[in-house]
Amino acid sequence: MSQYRVSGRGRVDTSRAVTFTFDGKSYRGVQGDTVASALLANGVHLMGRSFKYHRPRGAIAAGSEEPNALIGTRRGAGRFEPNTRATVQEIWDGLETSSQNKFPSLKFDVGAVNDAAYMLFSAGFYYKTFMWPRSFWDKVYEPFIRAAAGLGVSPTEEDPDHYASRNLHCDVLIVGAGPTGLAAARAAAVEGLRVVLVDENAEAGGTLLSEPQARIDGKPAWDWLAAELEALKALGVKVMTRTTAIAYYHQNLIGLVEKLTDHLPKLPADTPRERLWRVRAKQVVLAQGALEKPLVFHGNDRPGVMLAGSAQTFLNRYGVLVGKRPVILTSHDAAWYAAFDLQDAGAQVQAIVDTRADVDALLLNEARARGIAVKLSHTATATSGRLRVSSLRINPVAGGTVGSGQEIRCDAVLMSGGWTPSLHLFSHTKGSLTWDDDRTTFLPNNTPEDCVIAGASRGLWGIEAALADGAEKGRAVVEALGKTGAQVAYAVEADRPGTGVSHKELPTDLSAGKAKAFVDFQNDVTAKDLRLAVREGMRSIEHVKRYTTNGMATDQGKMSNINGLNIASDALGKKQPQVGLTTFRPPYTPTSFGAFAGYHRGEHFEVTRKTDIDSWAEAKNAVFEPVGQWRRARYFPKPGEDMDAAVRRECAATRASVGIFDASTLGKIEVVGPDAVEFMNRMYTNPWTKLAPGRCRYGLLLGDDGYIRDDGVIGRMSEDRFHVTTTTGGAARVLNMMEDYLQTEWPDLNVWLTSTTEQWSTVALNGPDAAKLLAPFVEGVELTEETFPHMSCVECTVAGMPARLFRVSFTGEIGFEVNVPAHLGRKLWETLWDAGQQYGITAYGTETMHVLRAEKGYIIVGQDTDGTVTPYDCGMGWAVGKKKPDFVGMRGLARPDLQAKNRKQLVGLLTEDGSKLEEGAQIVFDPKQAIPMTMVGHVTSSYDIGTTDQPIALALVAGGHEKMGETVYIPMPDRTIAAKITSTVFVDPDNTRLKI
Amino acid sequence: MTRFNAFNLLKNAMSGHKNWTEQWPDSQPKSEYDVVIVGAGGHGLGAAYYLAKEHGITNIAVIDKGWLGGGNTGRNTTIIRSNYLYDESQRLFDHSVDLWQGLSQELNYNVMYSNRGCLMLAHTVHDVQSFKRHVHANRLNGVDNRWLTPEECKEYCPPINIAKDARYPVMGGALQERAGTARHDAVAWGYARGAAARGVDIIQNCAVTAIRRNAGGSVAGVETEKGFIKAKKVAVSASGHNSMVMATAGVRLPLESMPLQALVSEPVKPIFPCVVMSNAVHAYCSQSDKGELVIGSGTDQYVSYSQRGGLPLIEHTIAAISEVFPIFNRMRMLRKWGGITDNTPDRSPIIGKTPVQNLYVNCGWGTGGFKATPGSAHVFAYTIAKDEPHPINAPFTLERFRTGRLIDEAAAAAVAH
Ligand SMILES: Cc1cc2nc3c(=O)[nH]c(=O)nc-3n(C[C@H](O)[C@H](O)[C@H](O)COP(=O)(O)OP(=O)(O)OC[C@H]3O[C@@H](n4cnc5c(N)ncnc54)[C@H](O)[C@@H]3O)c2cc1C
Repeated sequence: MSQYRVSGRGRVDTSRAVTFTFDGKSYRGVQGDTVASALLANGVHLMGRSFKYHRPRGAIAAGSEEPNALIGTRRGAGRFEPNTRATVQEIWDGLETSSQNKFPSLKFDVGAVNDAAYMLFSAGFYYKTFMWPRSFWDKVYEPFIRAAAGLGVSPTEEDPDHYASRNLHCDVLIVGAGPTGLAAARAAAVEGLRVVLVDENAEAGGTLLSEPQARIDGKPAWDWLAAELEALKALGVKVMTRTTAIAYYHQNLIGLVEKLTDHLPKLPADTPRERLWRVRAKQVVLAQGALEKPLVFHGNDRPGVMLAGSAQTFLNRYGVLVGKRPVILTSHDAAWYAAFDLQDAGAQVQAIVDTRADVDALLLNEARARGIAVKLSHTATATSGRLRVSSLRINPVAGGTVGSGQEIRCDAVLMSGGWTPSLHLFSHTKGSLTWDDDRTTFLPNNTPEDCVIAGASRGLWGIEAALADGAEKGRAVVEALGKTGAQVAYAVEADRPGTGVSHKELPTDLSAGKAKAFVDFQNDVTAKDLRLAVREGMRSIEHVKRYTTNGMATDQGKMSNINGLNIASDALGKKQPQVGLTTFRPPYTPTSFGAFAGYHRGEHFEVTRKTDIDSWAEAKNAVFEPVGQWRRARYFPKPGEDMDAAVRRECAATRASVGIFDASTLGKIEVVGPDAVEFMNRMYTNPWTKLAPGRCRYGLLLGDDGYIRDDGVIGRMSEDRFHVTTTTGGAARVLNMMEDYLQTEWPDLNVWLTSTTEQWSTVALNGPDAAKLLAPFVEGVELTEETFPHMSCVECTVAGMPARLFRVSFTGEIGFEVNVPAHLGRKLWETLWDAGQQYGITAYGTETMHVLRAEKGYIIVGQDTDGTVTPYDCGMGWAVGKKKPDFVGMRGLARPDLQAKNRKQLVGLLTEDGSKLEEGAQIVFDPKQAIPMTMVGHVTSSYDIGTTDQPIALALVAGGHEKMGETVYIPMPDRTIAAKITSTVFVDPDNTRLKI
Repeated sequence: MTRFNAFNLLKNAMSGHKNWTEQWPDSQPKSEYDVVIVGAGGHGLGAAYYLAKEHGITNIAVIDKGWLGGGNTGRNTTIIRSNYLYDESQRLFDHSVDLWQGLSQELNYNVMYSNRGCLMLAHTVHDVQSFKRHVHANRLNGVDNRWLTPEECKEYCPPINIAKDARYPVMGGALQERAGTARHDAVAWGYARGAAARGVDIIQNCAVTAIRRNAGGSVAGVETEKGFIKAKKVAVSASGHNSMVMATAGVRLPLESMPLQALVSEPVKPIFPCVVMSNAVHAYCSQSDKGELVIGSGTDQYVSYSQRGGLPLIEHTIAAISEVFPIFNRMRMLRKWGGITDNTPDRSPIIGKTPVQNLYVNCGWGTGGFKATPGSAHVFAYTIAKDEPHPINAPFTLERFRTGRLIDEAAAAAVAH
C-alpha cells in the first residue's frame, strides 16, 4: 500500500488498485480515490502553480471548492479538459492527468520569477503602467500578459462525447445529501411527496462521510447512512449523486448537471457524458452545508498547508494521511478533532496552535490526555519549505502584541478559520442576507422563491443540529404543500458541533509589506493587496474584488470571499454588511459547455425543417440553402451545370413553358372568426371588407413605426376565414405580432389565429403552360380567365386531393399555388411533374424565384426592404387603404419624415457598361467626391442570369422615383460603375403574360 | 493624484505601496452644483471628465445609487467597433474608436484597449448581402471594414469551424481590424479618477429619487436619498433605469428595459485572437487578458428589471458557441451574470436635449453602448455645456421618434453589441 494510506480507514476499496498518470509518471491509487487523494497517498502534495506568481501549490481542500490543485485530464484523443479539480476527479485505470501553468516543469517553473518581483505586481499594477509607448500595448505588453495568464490550455479537438438534457417536475427538490438534506428528504417522502435529493459528490452523505465516529439513533454513522438511503429509495426518493445544482432561476426552476461518465474507466456505449436537468420544483430545500475558511498568514499557501476539515475528509473518506507530523493551526474547535483523528490514524501531531485564549475544557483535556502540545493565544507568522511545508513559525500574542517566534517542524499544516455557510444558490434567488456578528458571517434571510434553507447553510454546526433542522424544514415544506408533517427527532452521539472565532489576516511580526498572506490562492491575492485597494479608494467589496481579482478565480470566492470581506472592512473601519458581499453568480461550480449545449450540436444545433417535397429535391441533386430554420432547394443543376447555368435554364423554361416550385415553406396563418375581416383591416395596410370570398389580395404588414415588416398573398376563403401567407422567415414573427395585438390591444375581437405553415404543402406552377397542365386535375372549378381569374382562390380537389387553389403569380407568368395536406405534397408534386413532361416542365429553386420576381419588380421583404422602407418608398402606395380608420403603422406612417420628399425609394438600375452590380454596393450622385462620400442609396437585388438581355438591379435611391432616366454611380474598390435609373419592372410591364 | 507610470510603481513598490493615494475621494453631496449627472457609469463619469477638462465646468456631482461602474459598464463584454451601417452611427462610433486609441494616455490609466479586431460571420445569403452592404458603406465613409472568405476567417481566428456541412456554414465575414476590447472597470475608474482630480464630486450609494422642476418648468435639481440637491443643469445617464428617472421629470422615453446576459469560461492560455460575432447563430466570443472566454448573445425575450436572466438563453448561447467553435465544448462556464439594457425602437441611442429646459439625456444604448463610452461622453459634455448638440450627436435626438427620422441599425442588420 502507498506510503500514506491508512489501512482500515476510509470508504475506498483498497483491494482494487487503480493506475493513472500525473505529468507522465504513473501512480497507484485505489478504487474510490480522487486524483488528489491518490497523489496524497503517494506523498505528493505539489499539484499546481498559481496564476500570477507561479508559486508551487498543493490541494488545500478536498472538494469542489479547491482553488489550487487544478489539472488537465485526458482520456485519449479529443477528450481533454483543463482546470479540472484534482479533488473532484475520480481516478480510473488509464486516466492521464497533467499539471498546468508551469514551464518547463512543475518542480522548476521559470514563471516563478514573478514571485520575486512580487512587490511590483501589486493589486491593479497593470492599470498603472504598460502605457508607453502607446503602440506597445498591442504588440508587446498584452501578448506578454496573456501568455503569462490563463491556467490550463484549451482543448483543440472536437469533443467526441455527447450530452443530454431532461425536464423534471417534483414536489420537493433537496440540494445537498448531508444529514440536513437526508432528514428533509425523509420528512417529505413519508408524506408521499415526490422528492428529488441531489449531491455533487460521488456518494450521498455529506459530512457523515467524514465523521464515522458519530452515532445516529444508536447506529454508527455509516451504517445509519446506508440504511437511511435504502429507506429513502424505498419511499420513492430519487437520489442523484455526481449531480450539481448549478443555478437557481425564477419560479423554482433549478438547473442540475449530472456527470455520468467522467469517473468510468470504460465509456459505456450510448451514455451521454453529462445531463442537464431542468427541474421545476414546488418547494426547494437548500442544504448545501458550509465551507471551511483558510487562515490568512504569511506562507499559508505552501503545499502541505490545507484545511483541517479537508485533512479529516482525506483520512476518513479516502483513508489517506496528509502528513505524518502535522501541526494544527486554528481559531475553531473543529480542527481539534482533526488532530485527534489524525493521531488515531498514526500521525504524530506536533502541536495544536489556537489563536484563541479560551478553548473548551473538554478539548483541552483530551489534547492533554493524548499528549498533544497545545499553544493558545498564538498566531502563525511564516512557513518554510521549498515545494512542501517543512515548518510553521508561531508567535504568542498578548494584548495585541506579537511576541517572538518559534519554529515547529512539520510536514503538514492543518488550518481552520471556522466555517461559512454556503449561500450560493440562495443568493441566486436574490434572497436577502443578514450579518451575524457572533459568527462573523452572513446568514440567509428572506427569498422570493418557494425555498427554505437548512442546517449548516444557515449557520447550524454539528450533525444533531443538521438533522433536527433538516427534519423541521422538511416538515415546513410538507405543510407548505398542504399536508401535515410529523415531528421527528434523531438521537446523535459523538457529535462535534464546536464554536470558534473569525479573523482578518492573523497578527504578524513581519514588517508591513513583507507578508505574503494569501486570501485568494489561485489568483494570488494577498491581504496586503486588499488593503492597497482600500487605500486607493476602493470602498465597496465589488470594487475591491475587481481591483484585486479576489474571489474571481475558478472557485468563485468559495475560499476567499469572507476572508477578503473581513480584511477590507477592517481596512475601511466599517462593519462587513456596510462593505457588502459580492453577488454569488451561477454556476455553483464550473460547468462544461457541452452540458448546456446538450443535444443542440452539429446537425441538431437547430432543427432543420424540411418540406414533404424536400426528399424529391434531394433525389434530384438539388443544391440547398438555409432560410431561417428551413432548408430550401436553391437550384437543380444538371450534370456539368454551375449555379448560373442552372438558374438561366430554369428561368428560361419557366417563361417559355412551365416551371414547378416548392412554396411549402411560406408561412401560413389561418385567421378565423366573426371579426376576422375587422382584424385583417387593422393588421394589414390593405382594405379587406370588400374582398369577396374566393378572391385574394397581396397584403402588406407594417410595424407600428410605419415600415414594411412582411407581405404575402391572402385569400378570403369565406366570410369569416382568411388564408394568410407570410414570408418564409417571417412566419413566427407575424403570428407573434398578431397574437400580441389580439391579446393586448384588441381582446374584444372574436378571432382565432392558427399557424398552418406545416399543415399545407404548397406547389407553385408558373408559366404559359401552367393552366393547361393543371386544369385536367382540378375538380370544382374551371381554370379559365372568366371562372378563375388572376387573384382567385377556392377550395377544390386537385388530382383527387383536397386542396386550396390560388391563382397568384410571383414571376409575372400565369401562376397557381396548390395547397394540399402536407403529407400529400410529394404525391401532388410527382403527379404534376409526370403530367408536365409533355410541356417540358422544369423544377426551379429559390434562386430562380428571386430572379424572376426581380425582373417583374416584385420585392422581397428583408432584401429590397430593411425595416426603413414604407409602402410608398417601394411604389406600393396602392396597397394602403386610404379610407380605413386605422391599421398597424398608420400613425407611424403619418410622421413627417416618412412623408418627406427625398426618401430612399425603390427603383430599377441598368448599368451603362452592362456589368452586374454587387448587392449591397453603395450609390452616390457625385462620383468625384472625396471620402467620406455622401451616399444616396444601395443596390438591393442584382442578377445577370435571368431572361432579360442585360443585367438588372433593384436599388433604394434617395428621391429615386423622381429621377427616372438619371445616372447614378456605384464606386467599387477598383472602379466606379455608372447606372441609369429605371422602372422596377423589367418584364411585361402591361401584365399581358398573366392572362390565360 | 499620484501619476501612474513605471517609475512611480517602482518607487511605491520600494515603500511597500504605502504611499498611493485615493483614486477618488468618498464625496458627500454639497447643496448645489452647476451640473448634476445621474448615473456613475462610463457615460456619466466620462461626461463629467470632459465637462471639467474641455469646458471648464468643475462644480459637478456624479450621483449613483450604487457603486460607480457597477451598472452595465462593469457587466458588459467590452466589444468595441464602429462598422455600423448608417453615416450617423459610423460617425458617432468612429469618434469613439478614435478616442479609445489614446484613452489610456489621456486618462493616465491603462484601460487596456486591445486592437484585436472584430470579425462578424455571415451564415446565410441574406447575411452576405447585409454585411457587404456594411463593408461598402464603411469603405465610402473611410471606416475600416473588409470582407473575408471562409478560409480567411479561419486563418484570422483558427477556432472557427468553416465546414461546408455545418448547420449554418460560414459563408464569409466582415472584419474590422481597428475594433477590439478594453478593460471595462478601468474605464469607469480612469474617468472617475480624472474627473475627481479636476474637482468633480462622485457621490455613491445615493439614489436619485426624482428630478425636481421649477415653476417655469425648467430643471431645479434632484431629490436623492441624501436630500435635495440644487442644480443648474441635470444630465441623466442611468442605463437600465433611464425611463424611470426621466419619468419623474415628466419626460416619457421610448425605452424597453430587457435583461442581457453574458458569461465567461474558466481561464486558459491564449487560444482566441480576436472578437468573433455570429448573429445568425446568436453568439459572440473573445478572450480576456486573464484568459477567460467572454461570451454573450442577445437579450432575454421579455421586459424586466431583474438581472437574473433565464436558463434557455444560456443553453442557446453556449450551443451557438459550440456550433461555431466546436473545440470549446469541453471548456467550462465559470460565471454568468446579467444587466438591464434600455432599448430604443431603432436600437440607436438618444443623446441630447429634452423637452425640459436644462435637462439632458444620454440613453438607449441597449446592448452596445460600452464601445461608445468615450465618444458619447465627449459629445454629451459638449451638449450639456453649450446647451446644443455637437454635430456628431445632433441626429440622435428624442424627437426623431416623433418625426420618424430613425437611425435604424437594428432593422439594417439585426446586429447587436
Ligand atoms: C451583459 C452585457 C453585455 C454587453 N456587451 C457590450 C459590448 O460587448 N459592447 C458594448 O459596446 N456594449 C455592451 N453592453 C452595453 C453596455 O454595457 C452599456 O450600453 C453601457 O455600459 C452603458 O453605460 P452607461 O454608463 O450608460 O450605463 P451604466 O454603466 O449602467 O451606468 C448607469 C448607472 O446609473 C445608475 N443609476 C440608475 N438609476 C439611478 C438612480 N435613480 N439614481 C442614481 N443612479 C442611478 C446605475 O447604478 C448605474 O451605475 C453590454 C451590456 C450588458 C448588460
